[in-house]
Amino acid sequence: MASGKTITLAIMDAPYESPNSTTALRIIDAALQKGHNVNVFAYEGAVSLTMKAQAPHPNPVKGTSVEQEQHPTTKDWVSALFKLAGQKGAKLDWVNCGLCVDERGAGDWIEGPRRGGPKDFLDANAAGDATLVIPTK
Amino acid sequence: MAKILNIVETAYRATIEEQDDTILWLNHMLKNGGADIAILLRANAVNYAAKGQDASGLSFGGLKMVHPPEIDKDVAKMIEKGIPVFLVEEDAAERGLSDTDLIAGVQKIQRRAIPELLDQHEQVWHW
Repeated sequence: MASGKTITLAIMDAPYESPNSTTALRIIDAALQKGHNVNVFAYEGAVSLTMKAQAPHPNPVKGTSVEQEQHPTTKDWVSALFKLAGQKGAKLDWVNCGLCVDERGAGDWIEGPRRGGPKDFLDANAAGDATLVIPTK
Repeated sequence: MAKILNIVETAYRATIEEQDDTILWLNHMLKNGGADIAILLRANAVNYAAKGQDASGLSFGGLKMVHPPEIDKDVAKMIEKGIPVFLVEEDAAERGLSDTDLIAGVQKIQRRAIPELLDQHEQVWHW
């Protein structure tokens, strides 16, 4: 059941670099689980979270294959969050900063996110109930 | 429109590659979009207000950087645009920055005055 509440997040970290990405995904998941709408402004390295070409890998240290390792990718997690939003009747609006995408060549992403810019973040902040920025350090 | 205070403390993160500071750039864009923005420079980011910064001369394999970052000028442009820019006085002093080192228009505040500054804004974004 959708709550009608909306949280907005600005995130910056590239995938597989810091716990900030995981923290952001945890918050998004928790909000969607409660039926809250979530706006995400993926800025700078965070635009790579949704790149379609991400692929799981085996683990030579453990001696596990790709199948055994079941290595999660951030694009699969984000894709799962879109599905969760649909199940909960909530809206996940994920905006990838277009200029950040261009300078990284990160334009090929999964279904769900859209291209946008700082004005989208500003509008989401004005329309939403709460905003959290998670910067990279 | 909510009054938003942006606390900037991470300094020179990818400023060469980006040719600017990404948080100052973002806030400049938000100001252009109508946001009521203010900036508080703290920790190493107080150096963004040091005038005369020169990052020119970089060249890799003969490929020269034509437009290096000019963070002090970017901050000055934000002030000209009406964005209040505050700076933590003690953080500047600890880094040897005196008043004559700083660009005009930056408003120095003491650490003990930060809570009052926070209270003057509806939102605080800590970068």
